[in-house]
Amino acid sequence: MDVLDVARWQFAITTVYHFLMVPLTIGLSIVVAVMQTAWVRTGKAHYLAMTKFWGKLMLVNFAMGVVTGIVQEFQFGMTWSAYSRFVGDVFGAPLAMEGIVAFMVESTFLGLWIFGWSRLPKRVHLACLWAASLASTASAYFILSANSWMQHPVGIQLVDGKPQLTSIWALLTNNTAIAAFTHTVSGGFAVAGTFLVGISAWHLWKKHKLSAVDDADRKVWSASLKLGAWIGMVAFAAVALTGDTQGKLMFQQQPMKMAAAEALCHTEAPASFSIFAYGDVSRPDCENVKSITVPALLSFLAHNDFSTEVKGVQDLIPLYEQKYGHNYPVDPSLGALSGQPIDYVPDLPVTYWGFRFMIGFGGIAAGAALLALWLTRRGRIPRTKWFPRLALLSIATPFLANSFGWIFTEMGRQPFVVVPNPTGVDGVFMYTAQAVSPGVSAGQVLTSLIALTAVYGVLAVVEVFLLVRYAKAGVAGVMPPADEKKSDDDVLAFAY
Amino acid sequence: MDLPTLWFWVIAVLWTGYFFLEGFDFGVGMLTRLLARDNTERRVLVNTIGPVWDGNEVWVIVAIGATFAAFPPWYATMLSAEYLPVLLILLALIGRGVAFEYRGKVDSDRWRRGWDLVILLGSWIPPLGWGLVITGVATGLPIGKDGVLVGGLGALFTWPAVLGALALAGFSLLHGSVFVALKTDGEIRHRAHALALRFGPLLLLPMAALLVLVQVRQGGLVTIVIAAVGLLAGAGALVRLAAKREGQAFALLGLVIAAAVMSLFGSDFPAIISSTVDPSFSLTVANSASSPYTLGVITWVAAFGTPAILVYQGWTYWVFRKRISAAHIPPVHVP
Repeated sequence: MDVLDVARWQFAITTVYHFLMVPLTIGLSIVVAVMQTAWVRTGKAHYLAMTKFWGKLMLVNFAMGVVTGIVQEFQFGMTWSAYSRFVGDVFGAPLAMEGIVAFMVESTFLGLWIFGWSRLPKRVHLACLWAASLASTASAYFILSANSWMQHPVGIQLVDGKPQLTSIWALLTNNTAIAAFTHTVSGGFAVAGTFLVGISAWHLWKKHKLSAVDDADRKVWSASLKLGAWIGMVAFAAVALTGDTQGKLMFQQQPMKMAAAEALCHTEAPASFSIFAYGDVSRPDCENVKSITVPALLSFLAHNDFSTEVKGVQDLIPLYEQKYGHNYPVDPSLGALSGQPIDYVPDLPVTYWGFRFMIGFGGIAAGAALLALWLTRRGRIPRTKWFPRLALLSIATPFLANSFGWIFTEMGRQPFVVVPNPTGVDGVFMYTAQAVSPGVSAGQVLTSLIALTAVYGVLAVVEVFLLVRYAKAGVAGVMPPADEKKSDDDVLAFAY
Repeated sequence: MDLPTLWFWVIAVLWTGYFFLEGFDFGVGMLTRLLARDNTERRVLVNTIGPVWDGNEVWVIVAIGATFAAFPPWYATMLSAEYLPVLLILLALIGRGVAFEYRGKVDSDRWRRGWDLVILLGSWIPPLGWGLVITGVATGLPIGKDGVLVGGLGALFTWPAVLGALALAGFSLLHGSVFVALKTDGEIRHRAHALALRFGPLLLLPMAALLVLVQVRQGGLVTIVIAAVGLLAGAGALVRLAAKREGQAFALLGLVIAAAVMSLFGSDFPAIISSTVDPSFSLTVANSASSPYTLGVITWVAAFGTPAILVYQGWTYWVFRKRISAAHIPPVHVP
């Protein structure tokens, strides 16, 4: 394996892993802030219990999101230093802004919230959680505007062969960034929604399936389930709408990615949408692919019109070659790829199936949320075991949908790390093969790949173990025993 | 002062802030084995920094992010040349952050012992690593064309860099001891004070040696004065510590780290990373800075953001200003 392959694997593993924590953090922290707001406004005990219970799960996950995020900020310099030199003038700015404006707020106010119970006035304490959760959403915005610039570079001019920022405003209002941000945040709420539904449904079934007693715990779970299901429903609608916007932008900005997502080899007008393909989708000539399709839907998805032509992979290749050349530049830093023909077609099975898994798993999760709402209408509690099982399993589905979406969007832009903007400044693009650090050996990157993967693996086991433990324990696990009296000079309302 | 020069010093200030703030919380982490006698005392130590360590850590995120935005070649060269030390730092920070949060989540001695080890390693490795990296960068490395390190891993262990690693670790341990003396009550407070007093001179020795070595090698008049201020502040901190004025000692230690970072950064100025292979490969403030527009953008963001950060982080320290002791530690309550 050469440095490029190892570096790409490392980036993929660390990013997808980090992105398991991020959506839950964003969604759940705002949901907990809403619960605490309800408690501060109404004083009802079950809102406090909800805040404490879901807040504890949020914190177990938050810690992992923070520490895995640090790796992201460093690895551009470690393994992608040629990339960092090329784009630093543009790409560094949103990262610095994220640190100064968002991450500082998030980390500081989260500490205040964790330790501030009963040390801070109620409203101030609540404001700390709002600050931390909104700042983590703002973090996502800055990071996604940096990433979206790689997908669709705007706000720049070309100086001495390098992009130079001319408008930070253009970068922050990049249509790609706004679409990606709304889509990702909706995805975060979808994750939080199914998380609430799954765990609440299990508790309701476990303790309350046979009893009609309306105790405090039951209130916690039924309210959480309702809240989660509604959040899920709204979030999935938003995911679909924003995904549609994002798709339309991608057809304009990265036609090859969308053609690959559809395994659309030849231009069609009207183009049909492939639901499911069998045969070998990895060949760009599609010789063996049979596909179940919906006629004209792809034209609509691409251009809001049922008859417009959508270009296929085979017809896009010559267009890319004409614009960006047939061969890689002759440059020793490109190693074996130097002077070789450029393959403009991204990995077809990954993009094709990534796209389908994203939509499919999202759809399953949405269905589970809807089902939960129906089965628990007017305070009913399902007595059969299949429903809580299904609800628990469905927790995994929006995570999978998010991961596949992320993999699809990153793999789909290959061979570029900075994708040329079809209507932007000519010449601003970068091949992934050029981006990797010169002078860093495959051995070094392999060392870090193995070390990070091993540590991440262990931490994944620990996080899931703790989440399950706290989720199972329910409210009793997070509320102090009732007989514990608090003194006035309580220095530590909460302690590690 | 032009914008590139301003940002060079802003980054120096960010590192100062990081070493000052996270310095003491690294020190507290290092002390969990040296100072605490049982689990309750270990919890006292961890909880002195519980509400603030995460906010302290962000200073390094901002320092690195600002370097990326203001001087991309600096960011790219430093992190790729110092690949393995930076990797170790990252692994340590990952484990440490999770350990604080997870340590008390299960009531089992084995569980706690495991995380305590992670806290210990996670608190020793970053100051050693950052000391090595920052001193190495500030005193020159064998950097070839395109910021590629010539000479492998061994080339990173120059004398000043090794001294820098010891200096920052020693400083952090002392800084942490003084912080514990300031922040706790009861027996542990006196033990922390005694430890700081007894080992203070030894812990500051590498820092003093580093300041002298760097000034002898590459100092100018201004940086020599700054380094001298640092040495005096270190001596002053030890004197005030002996007089049981821990707050003053803590503040003087802040002056020590500020002087150390400023004299280190300043003695190579306007070079950022001097190449010991060929001066034409050196990164300088002029040849590494981003465009005036980008620098202007982040200057505005920093101009509004930094005062806010200082206010709300300062407020955090005010909210959690009370001393804590073993008596304040609530019983373990876990599922």
